[in-house]
Amino acid sequence: MAAKYTLITSDPLIPEQVTAQVRVPANGGVVTFLGTAREQTLGNRVLHLEYEVYEEMAVKRFHDIFQELADRWGVTDAAIAHRYGRLEIGEISMVVAVGTPHRKEAFAACWHAVDRIKEMAPIWKKEFFENGAVWVGCGSHAHEVEHAHAS
Amino acid sequence: MAESVSVNVRLFALYRERLERDRLTLVVPPPATVATALAVMAEAHPRIGLLVDNTMVAVNHEYVDKTHALEDGDEVALIPPVSGGAGAVSTGSTRAS
Repeated sequence: MAAKYTLITSDPLIPEQVTAQVRVPANGGVVTFLGTAREQTLGNRVLHLEYEVYEEMAVKRFHDIFQELADRWGVTDAAIAHRYGRLEIGEISMVVAVGTPHRKEAFAACWHAVDRIKEMAPIWKKEFFENGAVWVGCGSHAHEVEHAHAS
Repeated sequence: MAESVSVNVRLFALYRERLERDRLTLVVPPPATVATALAVMAEAHPRIGLLVDNTMVAVNHEYVDKTHALEDGDEVALIPPVSGGAGAVSTGSTRAS
């Protein structure tokens, strides 16, 4: 049975629970990606993070991404979970799991899904530094760098 | 587009913080497009510091361009640039394909 699973929650993410959504007997390869809260941005110590998600729209974009994975790699089993609210350093902000019959497609599709989430999903991250805080948008790594320097 | 429309504006991140609210109702006069809505928003709520050129807009959960025509009851989300006062912001890549 095909799985297209999304979860947006303020509770801690449980990778095994997300991975389990795509672990079916047809799949010989399962790739799970974890995005975690990093302790620094270009040398600036990050104290904690806050994520904000436009949930109704994010879910639609996740399903757009599932369709891309189906079109490009024939993926039928994929799961995306994203957390919002305050995250401490080291906590998991995102879990993406893809299961396919063979490993190659699972790696490629999972990588693609993570990239597309960052590009398309209306999700914002606020990084709290010792001397201030900065909102970082999706698909905006150049600015993440810029503002980290400025802070 | 000869009449005003009333839309539900959703605010996120920087914009939400600046207005201290996450949604509001906005009356958009003709021509009721996204561009008009942004202009009205900037004038009615100067505290938001709206960066019109750098703000992506989604209507009913889909990215649209500034010429998109609005209808009564549309949900209009202002997708803010990454940080306050920033000039160029590379949100172009977030445009849905």
